[in-house]
Amino acid sequence: MSHEHYAALTVFVGLFGLVTALGFVAARWRRADLDQLHEWGLAGRRFGTVVTWFLLGGDLYTAYTFMAVPALVFGAGAIGFFAVPYTIIAYPFVFVVMPRLWSVSHRRGYITGADFVRGRFGSGTLALAVAITGLLATMPYIALQLVGIQVVLGAMGVEGSGWMSDLPLVIAFAILAAYTYQSGLRAPALIAIVKDAVIYVTVIAAVLVVPIRLGGYAKIFDAVPPQKLILTPPGPHDFGQYSAFSSLALGSALALFLYPHSLTGVLSSSGRAVIRRNSALLPAYSFLLALIALLGTMAIAAGVDKDPAFSHGFARYGTNFAVPALFLRTFSPSFAGFAFASIAIGALVPAAIMSIAAANLFTRNIYREYLRPDCDGKEEATVAKIASLVVKVGALAFVVLAPQKYAIQLQLLGGVWILQTFPAVVVGLYTRRLHRWALLVGWATGMTVGTTMAYQLHFKGTVYPLHVGPWTISAYAALWALLANLGVAVVLSAILNRAGVDPGIDATDAPDYAGGP
Amino acid sequence: MTSSNPRPRAWLWHLLLLAPFVGTLWVPFYNAIDPRLAGIPYFYWYQLTWIGISAVVTAVVYFATRWPD
Repeated sequence: MSHEHYAALTVFVGLFGLVTALGFVAARWRRADLDQLHEWGLAGRRFGTVVTWFLLGGDLYTAYTFMAVPALVFGAGAIGFFAVPYTIIAYPFVFVVMPRLWSVSHRRGYITGADFVRGRFGSGTLALAVAITGLLATMPYIALQLVGIQVVLGAMGVEGSGWMSDLPLVIAFAILAAYTYQSGLRAPALIAIVKDAVIYVTVIAAVLVVPIRLGGYAKIFDAVPPQKLILTPPGPHDFGQYSAFSSLALGSALALFLYPHSLTGVLSSSGRAVIRRNSALLPAYSFLLALIALLGTMAIAAGVDKDPAFSHGFARYGTNFAVPALFLRTFSPSFAGFAFASIAIGALVPAAIMSIAAANLFTRNIYREYLRPDCDGKEEATVAKIASLVVKVGALAFVVLAPQKYAIQLQLLGGVWILQTFPAVVVGLYTRRLHRWALLVGWATGMTVGTTMAYQLHFKGTVYPLHVGPWTISAYAALWALLANLGVAVVLSAILNRAGVDPGIDATDAPDYAGGP
Repeated sequence: MTSSNPRPRAWLWHLLLLAPFVGTLWVPFYNAIDPRLAGIPYFYWYQLTWIGISAVVTAVVYFATRWPD
C-alpha cells in the first residue's frame, strides 16, 4: 500500500467509525420497547416526512445501484439510462398505491406484504409463496451490497491474500450485524442521514470536477462511440433497443416497491400523507442517480479502462471498477477516501434494512405461521433479531465462498421473481376478484416463465427476445413473466369463481384501505 | 361551483400522474442527439428534465387532493 492509500483509508475508517457509533446510539432514539417486532422491525411506524425521505433514499438507492448503473452505462451505453425513467415513474405509482397498503397494514398490524396477502385472501399458502419470493429476491441483493464494499476496499489497496483478504469485509459486517441486532430499523434510519449527505457531496463534486478535467460536457459526449450515445432505432422486424429500454424501466419501477426492504421503509412511516409527500420529494434521489449514470459516460470519455494503473482493478471487478477508477483518477487521495466511504456506508443502510425485512418475513410468515403460532411479542422480536444475523452471515458466506458473478446473476433473477408478487400484493389492494388459487398458479407460472427465459439467456441478462410472427420483440423478462402470470390468474379466476370454489375469508374491509393520518 | 362529493374530481387530478409514464416510456420522443443543451445530447437532458416535471406534477396532485380521505 502506498501513501495515497493510507490517506484514503484514514478518511474512510474515520467515517466508518462515525456511523458505527450512530448505529449503536440509535437504540435510544425515540425510545420504545425494542422487544416488540413493530418497534424493532418498523421503528413503531412513527417516521415523519423528513426521516422517511432519508430512510427510503438510503434504502432504495443502494451502493450496488451506484456502482452497477454507471458500470452498465460504461459497458453498454445509453441502454443503462433506463434507470432514469425507472425511478421517475416509480413515484407516481407509489403515490397512488402505497397509501392503501399503509392504511390496511396500520389497521390490521401487518408488517410484511405477505402479512397483507394472508389477511386479504385467507390463504397461508399464497402468503408463503409471497414471503419466499421476497426472501429469495432479498438475499442476493444483500450479498451485492457486500460486493460494493469489496470493490471500494480493493480500490484503496486493501487486498490481502487467502482468508485475510476477506477480513475487512467480515469486520465491517460484524459491526453492522451488531448494531442492527441492538437497534433494529432505527440504526439504518439514523445512518441514512450521514449516508445521503456524503453521497450528495461526492456526486456533486464528481459532476463538477470531472468535466473540468475532461474539457467540458460537449467533449465528454463527443468521446462516446455513436452506437453507445443513443439507443439503436427499430429495424424492419424489431423495435431495436426501444422495447428493451421501456420495458426495463416499467418492469423495474413496478417491482421496486414489492421488494421487502422497500415495503419496510414505506410501512415505517407515520401515515399516508408522509408517503404521498415523499413521492414528490424522492425524485431528488432520481436526479442524483441520473448524475451517477452520467459518471459511466464520463468514465468512457476518460478511458479509465485503458489506464495500466487500473488494469488490475478491471480484471478483478469488471466494469464495476469504472466509477472507483474515475474517482481515483480525479480526486485527491483523501477525497477519494471520502467518496469510497460514501459507497461503503451506502451499502450498510440497505443491507441493514434488507436483513430486517427478511427477518420480519421469516418471523411473521414462516415462524409464527407454521412453527409457533402462539408465540408472544417478545419471542417474535427475539426470533427476528436472530434471523437478521443469520441472513447476514448467509450473505457474507455467499460473497466470500461463491464467485461474484453468482450473486449478480441471482440478483437479476430476484428482480424477475419479485415482480411475480404484483398480482397478489398490488392488484389485491384494489380487488378480490382474482381467486387465491388462481393467484398461486399465476405466480408459479410467472416464476417458471421468468426463470426459463433467464436460463435461455445464460443468466447474463434479462432482456428476452420474443418471436411473434415476423417480429422480434426484446423486452424485460420480468414483464413477459408478469403477462403470463396475470393471464393465467385472470382466466383461472373466472373459472374458479364461476365454479364456486371457496375464495377464502377476507380479514379486511373497505374502510381499512382509506383510513389513518 | 360547489361540489358535495370531492372524490370524482380527485380522480381527475390523478390522471395527471400518467404524464410521466407517457413522457418517459415512449422512446421515439427523445432518442436523438440534437438539440444539445450545454453540450449535453437531447436524449440525456430530456430525461433529466422529466425528473423535475414528474416531481412538480406529483406535488400538484398532492396539494390538489389534500383533503382528508
